[in-house]
Amino acid sequence: MKMISELAEEALEKIWVFQEDHPEDPLSPEIESFDPEVIKELDDLKFIQKEEGGFKLTSEGLEEAKNVIRRHRLAEKLLHDILGLSGEDMETAACNFEHIMEGGVEESICNLLSHPDKCPHGKPIPPCDCRTHGGHGHGHGRRQCDCTAGVKTIIDKTVLPLNKMAKGQTGEIVYIKSSKRDNLQKILAMGVLPGRKIEIIQTYPSHVFQMEHTQMAVDSDIAGSIYVGSTN
Amino acid sequence: MGNKTIKSWFRGFKSDSNDSKTRNLQENSEKSKSKLKKLVLVGNPNVGKSLLFNKLTGSYVTVSNYPGTTVSIDSGKCNISGENYEIIDSPGMYSLSSITEEERISKLILLEDEPDILLHVVDAKNMERMLPLTLQLIEAKLPVVLVLNMMDEAENAGIKIDTSQLEKKLNIPVVSTAATTGQGIAQLNQKIAEYQIKDGLNVKYDEKIESAVQKISDLLQGEYPVSPRSLSLLLLQEDSDVQKLIKEKEGSNYSFIDNLLNETLSQFKQPLNYLIKMKLQKEATRLVSEVSEDIGEIKIGFREKLSRAMINPLTGIPILLAVLYFGLYRFVGGFAAGDMVDFIETEIFGEWALPLVEGFVTSSIPYEALQSLIIGDYGIFTLGITYAIAIILPIVGAFFLVFSILEDSGYLPRLALLLDRLFKKIGLSGRAIIPMVLGVGCGSMATMTTRTLETKRERNIATLLLALAIPCSAQLGVIFAVLATSSSALWLWVIVILFNYIIIGFAASKILPGSNPTFYMELPPLRVPKLSNVLRKTYTRLIWYFKELFPLFIAISVLIWGLELTGILDFIIGALNPVLSAIGLPVETAQTFILGFFRRDYGAAGLFEIQDALTGVQLLVAAVVLTLFVPCVAQFVVMIKERGKKVALAMGAFVLVYAFLVGFLLNLILSTLGVVL
Repeated sequence: MKMISELAEEALEKIWVFQEDHPEDPLSPEIESFDPEVIKELDDLKFIQKEEGGFKLTSEGLEEAKNVIRRHRLAEKLLHDILGLSGEDMETAACNFEHIMEGGVEESICNLLSHPDKCPHGKPIPPCDCRTHGGHGHGHGRRQCDCTAGVKTIIDKTVLPLNKMAKGQTGEIVYIKSSKRDNLQKILAMGVLPGRKIEIIQTYPSHVFQMEHTQMAVDSDIAGSIYVGSTN
Repeated sequence: MGNKTIKSWFRGFKSDSNDSKTRNLQENSEKSKSKLKKLVLVGNPNVGKSLLFNKLTGSYVTVSNYPGTTVSIDSGKCNISGENYEIIDSPGMYSLSSITEEERISKLILLEDEPDILLHVVDAKNMERMLPLTLQLIEAKLPVVLVLNMMDEAENAGIKIDTSQLEKKLNIPVVSTAATTGQGIAQLNQKIAEYQIKDGLNVKYDEKIESAVQKISDLLQGEYPVSPRSLSLLLLQEDSDVQKLIKEKEGSNYSFIDNLLNETLSQFKQPLNYLIKMKLQKEATRLVSEVSEDIGEIKIGFREKLSRAMINPLTGIPILLAVLYFGLYRFVGGFAAGDMVDFIETEIFGEWALPLVEGFVTSSIPYEALQSLIIGDYGIFTLGITYAIAIILPIVGAFFLVFSILEDSGYLPRLALLLDRLFKKIGLSGRAIIPMVLGVGCGSMATMTTRTLETKRERNIATLLLALAIPCSAQLGVIFAVLATSSSALWLWVIVILFNYIIIGFAASKILPGSNPTFYMELPPLRVPKLSNVLRKTYTRLIWYFKELFPLFIAISVLIWGLELTGILDFIIGALNPVLSAIGLPVETAQTFILGFFRRDYGAAGLFEIQDALTGVQLLVAAVVLTLFVPCVAQFVVMIKERGKKVALAMGAFVLVYAFLVGFLLNLILSTLGVVL
């Protein structure tokens, strides 16, 4: 595997996005606007090629750009759907996250999220290999990877907001995230904090859970701010 | 026992003027100079604080199983080893960063009242969750004694706590008690008698927080009853009360503090109250793991099964209906409003008391006008005392009895979570179940408890609904009796009132600005209510009721007597006639409505007396209008106190017009359809 710098990865990302937004325009001016060092790196890696009309993306470059954008959008999706981040928080975290999604992490996340098609902004996420191998875009469970099994094992260990947990499920609170300051304060005041073990007693009409020797009742709104790592 | 009502606290604390603040502080410091030492109880709701209070004082005040029903701040006196103490029971609080009005009051007591000893009462089995507040209190350099209450329940749950070990680690006195049985009270008394202030365990936060705390503490110049460290930490958690206090005390110096504060806050990505709370909790968890052992398993016994049946809609709704049927309809409506009222009114008053008083008055007072003041149709005795004792006492007493049982059993929080979703539709949260249920007893008392609701919007909606569509038990009892002859009329009444309740609630939630409230609540374990507690609680509430309302009964009798004597009453009745005929009611009901303005139950009782003269439809229309009709004078006074003159007057005017409008429409529909009831 070729070593590529984060700056070069981001440059490839920009090229991809540019191409998405302006499919008819030539890439050259966009590429030429990059830092000369980045251009050199991309050139050395044979991701871009200089031709008569200026720079062009090679097929290797296209493949690499696709992977980078895929990692970025998967990261966004993960941060948005599972951890409840949005806006700038999500963007900053995703930018850092995409660079460390190596060695099976990317596949696991893709599985965990049930192979999403679109990022939180609604842009397409390039499909993973198992989907392209399978022949049709949305197919799950083809020969190459048993996606459904993957999803299942991962979901069992996943983090869920409390309002998505089922009756009888147990877990440990891992995270409190609320956009409303008031809600956060209420949750903290009740002593509902990361590290606490809980069991869901009832989910309707209110979410009732056992937390150590106490039972608590909360509405969906508050329950949605409590993220639980469930163990079964 | 001096019972300082919450109202007086509010008067002191709510005012924004510097003048009254300082006066308040001066008063407090004068008080602290007096010879009585001050003992303050603080802690979460549902930890047995009030019961412990009663064990210490030996006298009883409301013990509450529900966060938010302690209507007044109770204070009492006690003698421990020859020293006299004043004991104050503060409303439940979870943390020094307050959310509800009650928590605010508790915090203000700590900030401004300078207790000599502070008993932090915790539920031993949930110690881990409650120790963070202990740590905060120690941080504030308040004289804390930690009371691990409900030790019996903890032991039953398989929890062992090494109290002396915890005492060493925290470096403050720690006592374990079981207030229900009295276990540990003697040791607690001893700890109080021997109390000497010590520097307790200090929690160290991360460096950035610590350096900010140091800088802010250095800037503070005023004199405060709690440590600068604690104030700085609360300031960093953006606590508005502390902010206000510091702003006042520091004057021009505050701008430096404010700048420093904003600078510090911008350095943190997460809210500081989260970070601080996490650190406190980590410390608490560490302490608990070092001093206690939890070997019990959570068993699902009969209580837990019953509790789960109560909160599951499939079983919970039938349980609720059964509670309403037996508790309200059969016991309050049937037994109290029927049998008891009959007995007291006819046997005691009709046969015995009234003739006696009549005989006495006619023989000893020569003037007819004065005679009628006492025994006339609206006389003090005939109207005021008879209604108060013969009608109100049994009905309201029975209701308070049922309410106290429900409260002590822990049923109400379960009901709150069951109904939260429905309440959200009318802009309220499940928490509003308390004022709503209590409103069926006494609307005035219920309107006072609306202050436990979180947002102003919620308080306004609840107040309006209480004024409009919740009949009080006295009224309810009489309406049941009036409509008893026709069950279809009773059902129609229930449907019409419920319909209006929902429509107005829904409309109010759409019209009033603001977002829907959130719901979160701790469920205390189900307990079998103690008869003695229930009786004392009922008694306390009844006393409150009579103290507040009995003088009003008498005053109203006098007022109406005056109006009748001067002919004004006839004039008002005449003026009401066109309105009444528009809703299809005969002239005789005018008096009922005028009485109803003063007390809703008077009005209903008046209806009871003329029921034979009315048709079924007329009775129903009258009952509906009377139920929706303006709240009684007492409730109106509470509305003004709680919501302000403008809001209260607007609500009153709306309710008045709306009630007659509904009556008009109902009569129109029923008579067009030719319904006979």
